[in-house]
Amino acid sequence: MNKKGRFGEHGGQYIPETLMNAVIELEEAYNRFKDDEEFNRELTELLNEYAGRPSRLYYAKNMTEDLGGAKIYLKREDLNHTGAHKINNVLGQTLLAKKMGKTRIIAETGAGQHGVASATAAALMGMECVVFMGEEDTKRQALNVYRMRLLGAEVVSVKSGTGTLKDAVSETMREWAGRVDDTHYCLGSAMGPHPFPTIVRDFQAVISREIKSQIKEKEGRLPDAVLACVGGGSNAIGSFYHFIEDENVRLIGCEAAGRGINTFETAATIATGRSGIFHGMKSYFCQDKYGQIAPVYSISAGLDYPGIGPEHANLHDMGRAEYVPVTDEEAVNAFEYLSRTEGIIPAIESAHALAHAIKTAPGMDKDKIIVVTLSGRGDKDVAAIARYRGEDLRD
Amino acid sequence: MSNIYKAFENKKAFIPFFTCGDPNLDTTKSCVIAAVKNGADLVELGIPFSDPTAEGPVIQAANERALKGGVTTDKIFDMVRELRCDVEVPMVFMTYANVVYSYGADKFISGCKEIGIDGLILPDLPYEEKDEFLPLCEKYGIDLISMIAPTSHDRISMIAKEAKGFLYIVSSMGVTGTRTEITTDLKSIIDVVRKNSDIPCAVGFGISTPQQAAKMADLSDGAIVGSAIVRLIEEHKSAAAPVVGEFVGKMKEGMAIS
Repeated sequence: MNKKGRFGEHGGQYIPETLMNAVIELEEAYNRFKDDEEFNRELTELLNEYAGRPSRLYYAKNMTEDLGGAKIYLKREDLNHTGAHKINNVLGQTLLAKKMGKTRIIAETGAGQHGVASATAAALMGMECVVFMGEEDTKRQALNVYRMRLLGAEVVSVKSGTGTLKDAVSETMREWAGRVDDTHYCLGSAMGPHPFPTIVRDFQAVISREIKSQIKEKEGRLPDAVLACVGGGSNAIGSFYHFIEDENVRLIGCEAAGRGINTFETAATIATGRSGIFHGMKSYFCQDKYGQIAPVYSISAGLDYPGIGPEHANLHDMGRAEYVPVTDEEAVNAFEYLSRTEGIIPAIESAHALAHAIKTAPGMDKDKIIVVTLSGRGDKDVAAIARYRGEDLRD
Repeated sequence: MSNIYKAFENKKAFIPFFTCGDPNLDTTKSCVIAAVKNGADLVELGIPFSDPTAEGPVIQAANERALKGGVTTDKIFDMVRELRCDVEVPMVFMTYANVVYSYGADKFISGCKEIGIDGLILPDLPYEEKDEFLPLCEKYGIDLISMIAPTSHDRISMIAKEAKGFLYIVSSMGVTGTRTEITTDLKSIIDVVRKNSDIPCAVGFGISTPQQAAKMADLSDGAIVGSAIVRLIEEHKSAAAPVVGEFVGKMKEGMAIS
């Protein structure tokens, strides 16, 4: 087995030969720049001055008192520029692409948050940007489509397959295979072929680095649990990474169960998938007995993906992280709950993690601390949630 | 060594590609037989995959149609078993790594041997990952076919040295599909291969006319044609066999003239 980019048995580089030199070039460039002082100085300045880092670790007092159990902190990635954690990775990758002499960024997007972040970074750094988005998602996230166009990006609606995130990833890979010389594929999650899972994790690890120092400052100790939603798993791996060695910190990834893990309308990969090879990696995937990738479903376009990043698959195998399914209904309830309780409208993706906190915090002692990563803000979801509740509100 | 070398013995090989089960397996079977009657030297059989990331729109659509029609790996194995009664030329499967992995690699590859498949082309299994299936392919005598792309550069000799069966030379960047012009400097790629191996080279991606096939076969040892045939089948559906046979005949003729 190729040892490169493996997390246990997961990961690897299962991609067409046409792309091999492109990922090798990317890996070499990343290894050259990741410890480069100048690169890191530029990236830190972008993260701080442009994206607004560090993000706040907010004590959710109302929520804590209302639930009556563990103390709840929210890691406010929703307050970043462009409204989600996606910008952390995009600024890193776009800066890296620029150093590699690339002039064009292509990206897939589900909810549109990664697409918006990519379009934003491309505008800032003077690069061309094309975003691939499933046709179904362009409908449920129409506002983000317009936002990307406003930022100067071209948005390509992907009609193949189920017209969702997995098809957007496939189409971006196809586009990259046709044009690698001037183009960098800015992959948005901690998935795909090596070196992407490592690069994305490293750029997102700023989340757990900050949580760790912020919670030590506020509470003088580490949290008992860190919760994050998981699709491909970039905000989750970013939230977990610096706690992996701290074995007393429970790491909990919240998957999108859609209408329930006993239905076919689910995207909960750990709960319903099995080992497979897809989109450049070995990991867990929702699939049928012949290995055909399942048409998954979640109310959240950002979690509507049939796989999970290889490092999560390995954390699951090792029992180091737990992965729990959260349904549409639970997520929507959490979306409304946080809006009313704390005056914060969370992304429907992040609401999956909140839902699990709402479920488990009451059963925990008051001296326990949980951190929930609020990966994004929910403005983009308002119309969809209204529709879910039967109100005909259009973007 | 499998039978694949026979396709290239003292001739330029014409290699048609079919998406199995588009629009149904009977049509695939009759098209393969017609192609072989009209001179196909090796047959590439695609097992459809839900998310074929190396394919252009034509073969993507064929994959979708075939899966919607209910085709499965097991049904394709049964079809190949029957085909083997009529077809003597080498046959290879083209599919994606997950189709093999998920079925159980041992079960899939030993099954290939049993039904008379000679090789396996997996576009998402590059040199670095070939150990995933190579030991089983060697165990059962199935050639795991390697690919070389216009971007392979310094990787060509490494890939060529260990290649089995034949080398699949990808003519152009991007995905499968017909192209009006193929601009890659295939001659220099094949020159590097020849320095490292005596393995036959067949060129695929973008070939749709007898002129293109002739030109590619002239540079190499054979031409692979996929999308152009899949499009004929899309158009003529279950009546496609005679049209496909005629097309293959013309391509063979074009290659013979060169």
